[in-house]
Amino acid sequence: MNFDFSDEQKQMRDEARKFLSEQCPPKAVREVLDGKAPYDKALWKGLAEMGFLGVAIPEQFGGAGAGHLELCVIAEEMGRALAPVPFSSTVYLAAEALLIAGSDAQKQKWLPKIASGDAIGTLALFEGHGNPSPKAIKVTANGGVLNGVKKPVADGAIADFAVVAARTGSSGRESDISLFIVDLKAGGVEIKSLTNIDLTRGQAAITFKDAKAEPLGATGEGWGVLTQVLDRAAVLMAFEQVGGADRALEMGRDYALDRIAFGRPIGSFQAVKHMLADMYVSATLARSNCYYGAWALSTNAGELPEAAAAARISATQAFQHCAKNNIQVHGGMGFTWEFDCHMYYRRANAMALGLGSLSYWEDALIDRMRKKNAA
Amino acid sequence: MNFDDTQQEAEFRAIARKWIAANAPKEFEEELSKSSLGRIRLAKHDMVEVGKAWQKKKAEGGWACLHWPKEYGGRGATPIERVIWQQEEGVYGKLTQPFQIGEGMCGPTVMAWGSEDAKRRYLPKLASGEEIWCQLFSEPSAGSDVAGLRTRAEKKGDNWVVNGQKIWTSGAHYSDYGLLIARTDPNVPKHKGLTMFFLDMKSPGVEVRPIKQANGMQEFNEVYFTDVVIPDSQRLGAVGEGWSVSLTTLMNERMSIGSRLATGVPEMFEFCSNLMLEDGLAIDDPAVRSKLASWAVKASGLKYTSYRAISALSKGERPGPENSIGKLVSGLMLQDIATYAMDLEGAAGSLTGTDEEQANGQFQQMLLSSPSMRIAGGTDEILRNIIAERVLGLPGDIRVDKDVPYNKIPTKGR
Repeated sequence: MNFDFSDEQKQMRDEARKFLSEQCPPKAVREVLDGKAPYDKALWKGLAEMGFLGVAIPEQFGGAGAGHLELCVIAEEMGRALAPVPFSSTVYLAAEALLIAGSDAQKQKWLPKIASGDAIGTLALFEGHGNPSPKAIKVTANGGVLNGVKKPVADGAIADFAVVAARTGSSGRESDISLFIVDLKAGGVEIKSLTNIDLTRGQAAITFKDAKAEPLGATGEGWGVLTQVLDRAAVLMAFEQVGGADRALEMGRDYALDRIAFGRPIGSFQAVKHMLADMYVSATLARSNCYYGAWALSTNAGELPEAAAAARISATQAFQHCAKNNIQVHGGMGFTWEFDCHMYYRRANAMALGLGSLSYWEDALIDRMRKKNAA
Repeated sequence: MNFDDTQQEAEFRAIARKWIAANAPKEFEEELSKSSLGRIRLAKHDMVEVGKAWQKKKAEGGWACLHWPKEYGGRGATPIERVIWQQEEGVYGKLTQPFQIGEGMCGPTVMAWGSEDAKRRYLPKLASGEEIWCQLFSEPSAGSDVAGLRTRAEKKGDNWVVNGQKIWTSGAHYSDYGLLIARTDPNVPKHKGLTMFFLDMKSPGVEVRPIKQANGMQEFNEVYFTDVVIPDSQRLGAVGEGWSVSLTTLMNERMSIGSRLATGVPEMFEFCSNLMLEDGLAIDDPAVRSKLASWAVKASGLKYTSYRAISALSKGERPGPENSIGKLVSGLMLQDIATYAMDLEGAAGSLTGTDEEQANGQFQQMLLSSPSMRIAGGTDEILRNIIAERVLGLPGDIRVDKDVPYNKIPTKGR
């Protein structure tokens, strides 16, 4: 059994960590946090130059053609560094949708631009409150144009194109849903930035008024593709979450060693030690679930739906747990703008929702486990 | 990343599988596979006798304590081969329960600290199950703080004379030998006045009494020592070095207890899939699903954490500290699952009869037994300390009795 990343993959992780610690220190994240830029353009270019944006994109489409295990490794580092760039929208959602359902021409058009950092993509799925569901999709597609409103759309205000889930039928079944690619710089598209709890990642509302749309995959097969995209993105996001959880745990540990109260480091008090030990337990369980998800993702295994849900749930819980208790370990200082704790807290709680909330994935996991047990 | 055996591992697995298929006591397979939680009981046979027969057969085939050197009754197998063996042994591994303390704790301690004569005399018989060993560490007033133990051993000529009391000794009533830590010098700080011995459990002055536990069962014992004589040749390590010797045992305890842990999740999933509530099946209720999912990802997290440890072994590395989380996670989870299963049953959840319609009283039994899971082999609190100190590098607790002579440490709280 070799349930671990290879030495080459670990080496790539070290490179990514080094690169991000130099190019994406907390100071850089704060530029976006404080509203001085919508995202870190220099970092985005740098990630392209390092080959990280196209790590899982085949060479024929301008990528490095490495694979999804390598992408998992990069994702973890992006999460650790709180990288304020549209990585997950572009790479886990838009690029994955293109890889699964795109025609050769569509892949040729967008994937090389994603890999080179010249195009930002996203997935426009949600329409107000609620979790992913065919019934919740009201945006219509008729005669090659879309009408309706999508919100929230992650990185919608900076994206060049979006993969949009729209209604092409009214039977009440999943086959009513189809996917489209929309050039967001073209006519018929209105984009409004929305404020959200994670100030380092933008959200937007996108209104389509007879916006020109190109089908992505066959009509009526959109929901099936979307489910695959969400499962694949769930594993990749889970790696980001584990990276964030680990960093929040380290921050708490380091502070507990440095901070003196009652004449001793606060990390010598059992109340604090045990809180940190529990954070370690959460992060470890999540990491192990993520490894299984990475295996399923990279081999396209039949176990992917269940593995993805487990990784997503476990990593969501771990990041939320570690981010919240990191503030608790820091005490009052953890509640200042100046300390970085709140950036992880914001990210953890925004990420917990971005791909469908915890309860959605819990529901999905139980369905998938039942299916397996019945088989 | 893959789950495949190396060629060498696959060859080893094939040999093990073939031997087990030809030799395992198949007449017990069904009964063993049913007893997933708690202690194993066989309806018409004595568990220890059946276990001894299987262990003896394994020893003859070279499969008992297979990771031990050949000259001490093992096979000289690698750590990963031991894991493969355990996977292949499957349900028959449950029959090894009476020998686990010996194999996991006493044996390694004798191996590390015993004389060559002692190793050759005792280890092969321990490995083959001919002689069963127990561990005599905990005392009524020395649990997590085991170094605070009171049982005294005093030197008389070439012998030691032991007086005192031990508690929570699994299998003492059927054990042949015991690993005993005792205080040999009360005038020095507590860790410095301890010495390790082993003794014949049939020695005059040894009295084993079963403990009636909170769950109504009797699985553990108290052991009383009244002027028990132990020859100095049965000392392990130097006089006063008992604490260092005990660390060998305790490190092995945490490794061995962590290897086959029940989580309660498969049982709970099955239960919720069949339990009819007012509005339909329990598993269709969103609140039930949410809890089930949270437990399921803990159980899968533990499973894949152990896979990571196995992978490290396969590469010849030592497993990392992540292995220490197993008992901490599963103990509390068992308790929570039992509580919630009974909650779903409503008032009838308090009934314990095995003829009750739902789940044969298994969750009621789990509820009553689970507190011990959170205490035995390191309490939840001690495990958190270990993670905080050894994994995260946080400072050790302040120990006010560290440099105080043992006989000057207060013995009463108020």
